[in-house]
Amino acid sequence: MVSVTDLQTMYEQMVTARHYEERLVDEYLVGKQPAFDISAGPIPGELHLAAGHEASGAGVCMHLRDDDTVTAPHRPHHIAIAKGVDLKRMTAEIFGRKTGLCRGKGGHMHLFDPDVNFACSGIIAQGCPPAVGAAMAAKKRNTDSVAVAFLGEGAIDQGGFLESLNLAAVHDLPVVFVVEDNDWAISMPKDRVTDVQNGAQRAAGFDLPGVRIDSDDATAVYEAAGEAVMRARDGNGPTLIEVQVHRRMGHFMGDAEAYRPEADIDRAKQRDSIERLAEDLRSHGVTDDELDEIRERAHERVEEAISWAKEQPEPDPEEAYENVFTNPPAQAATDGGSATDASGDADETGGDN
Amino acid sequence: MATESRDYTEATETDRELTMSRAMVEAIAWEMRENEEVFYMGEDVADYGGIFSSTTGLLDEFGRDRVMDVPISETAYLGAAVGAAQAGMRPIAELMFVDFFGVAMDQLYNNMAKNTYMSGGSFSVPMVLTTAVGGTYNDAGQHSQTLYGTFAHLPGMKVVVPSTAYDAKGLMHSAIRDDDPVVYMFHKRLMGLGWMPSPSGPKTGVPKDDYTIPFGEADVKRPGDDVTVVTLGLHVHRAMEAAEQLDDDGIDAEVIDLRTLVPLDTETVLDSVRKTGKLLVVDEDYQSFGVTGEIIARAAEGALDDLSAVKRLAIPDVPIPYARSLEDEVNPGTEDIAAAVRELHE
Repeated sequence: MVSVTDLQTMYEQMVTARHYEERLVDEYLVGKQPAFDISAGPIPGELHLAAGHEASGAGVCMHLRDDDTVTAPHRPHHIAIAKGVDLKRMTAEIFGRKTGLCRGKGGHMHLFDPDVNFACSGIIAQGCPPAVGAAMAAKKRNTDSVAVAFLGEGAIDQGGFLESLNLAAVHDLPVVFVVEDNDWAISMPKDRVTDVQNGAQRAAGFDLPGVRIDSDDATAVYEAAGEAVMRARDGNGPTLIEVQVHRRMGHFMGDAEAYRPEADIDRAKQRDSIERLAEDLRSHGVTDDELDEIRERAHERVEEAISWAKEQPEPDPEEAYENVFTNPPAQAATDGGSATDASGDADETGGDN
Repeated sequence: MATESRDYTEATETDRELTMSRAMVEAIAWEMRENEEVFYMGEDVADYGGIFSSTTGLLDEFGRDRVMDVPISETAYLGAAVGAAQAGMRPIAELMFVDFFGVAMDQLYNNMAKNTYMSGGSFSVPMVLTTAVGGTYNDAGQHSQTLYGTFAHLPGMKVVVPSTAYDAKGLMHSAIRDDDPVVYMFHKRLMGLGWMPSPSGPKTGVPKDDYTIPFGEADVKRPGDDVTVVTLGLHVHRAMEAAEQLDDDGIDAEVIDLRTLVPLDTETVLDSVRKTGKLLVVDEDYQSFGVTGEIIARAAEGALDDLSAVKRLAIPDVPIPYARSLEDEVNPGTEDIAAAVRELHE
């Protein structure tokens, strides 16, 4: 049974993630109005926000330690927050700043934080194989670390996912695959492109347990994930979990969702996992004042991260040539010899290379 | 069937200006009307009309059987396009971003490109692979590449890179009618998208009738006597801008748009180099083992005695970084091109 303390922690992760996305909407639109120009403003490029996905990240990551690995897809913020990725440096990365998690080289869909073993891939399903690899390393080293690969329901048709299920299964690797089913692969509804409505059915073909959670109920996710993570930690192999979530902010910012029926958009907004969890907490005797306090704390944390990020310097152009290699060849430069020394001296970003 | 008028000015002299996206779609729709065997498949190509507006309106006219949304399964659907093409159809399959080629590389490199040859010519693969390329909008290393060299390198694929609406239409007609696999690489920044403003150059006059542009004919966009600038895609427009600036300083740059990488119009490059003696090659792919090196090698092979100086500008062998200051550093800009031409001219 989930404790009230754990429920409160999940609630805090979820309201942090929701507020974070809401604030990023404001920041992203700076310089992009009235005419939307994807390359303008302080946060350029694509931005895939995860409002409506919070229960999945929070419910799963509650069971994880820093030494457990998580790989996330192009919609990673709620997962990163739940995994304990440094929020300030993550935000600085999204703003493309020098002190960002990836020194401004990765951006929002390529967040990497070695301190909590968090990595991303912006290519559909391609975070699955590295998660299998992390699990392989844990098994070879006889640790009880586990790995979790998050992906969307559109990714379950991709070879990288299906091959990973088999590799994890045949070696009994400690991996949990978490499919976040928000019904839409950009503009393509699930039933147009995938012949099963319950993605957890994929597990049967690989002889591993598959669980579907039909609502984005954080408690239900917590319970299913608890079992799956324990199974993995105990050396009993992988599990596939699919969680119904909702896409509340389009595929990416600027997506007018003209292809999506109004009723579907409304339905997604009505099913609020955060409100559901607040109800659960109230039924456990948590007061509205206590919930307000959690929300305020979360909002402050988000504001602090955003303010900090915006004060950070932009990368110097010459930094573009650094970090191609960990151990750069003596004469790696191909730009006519003008590349700077990329020897990776310690700098103020506090990176651990 | 109309063929291209070599008088570019005359051909584009029409009141009707189109964006590159509209021109490309117009050619696809024309071919789909003419030939039942042509169909289009890809991710978000039906209701969405292509993330970069490569298929706008096609679903309405042709329906879901011929404008197919497909699962996120590039190995399966790009491989299926190869199979349908070998069966005699003329599929157009879209890879949403060229960067995603990795998940289906075997189908492209080992089936699409090689089956004609390995079958001793008994099979043809008359398909078009459309794909969005390029950066300049801060989308980082997995969504900003052009990979021109990656596709031009392996034998068996024709590779097309339009830089204007006029070329986009003519090259698309040629691509669909071609009996070989054609990789049609359209630059996002040139498509005329409301949310990713284009420079002014790619929107051109486009005749209503169908016309083809033969592969392997580069376009001399601007004649000049002092320095040859060979480029393609987005950088055609940056080179033209640079040439205008240089003109004010009395430097006369000749700008050549390659338009197709395979086949490559070496003769037009050599003719120009013989005249100017100085060659700058600019592209948006990685520098080493790529387009810039290939053009310079061909110039050296064919016109070594005429060459007095060469230079190249490309992505300097780093993955495309996210932050604006970093991406601007590595993607050759108008000023970089102007500076490089000045250096060659000295």
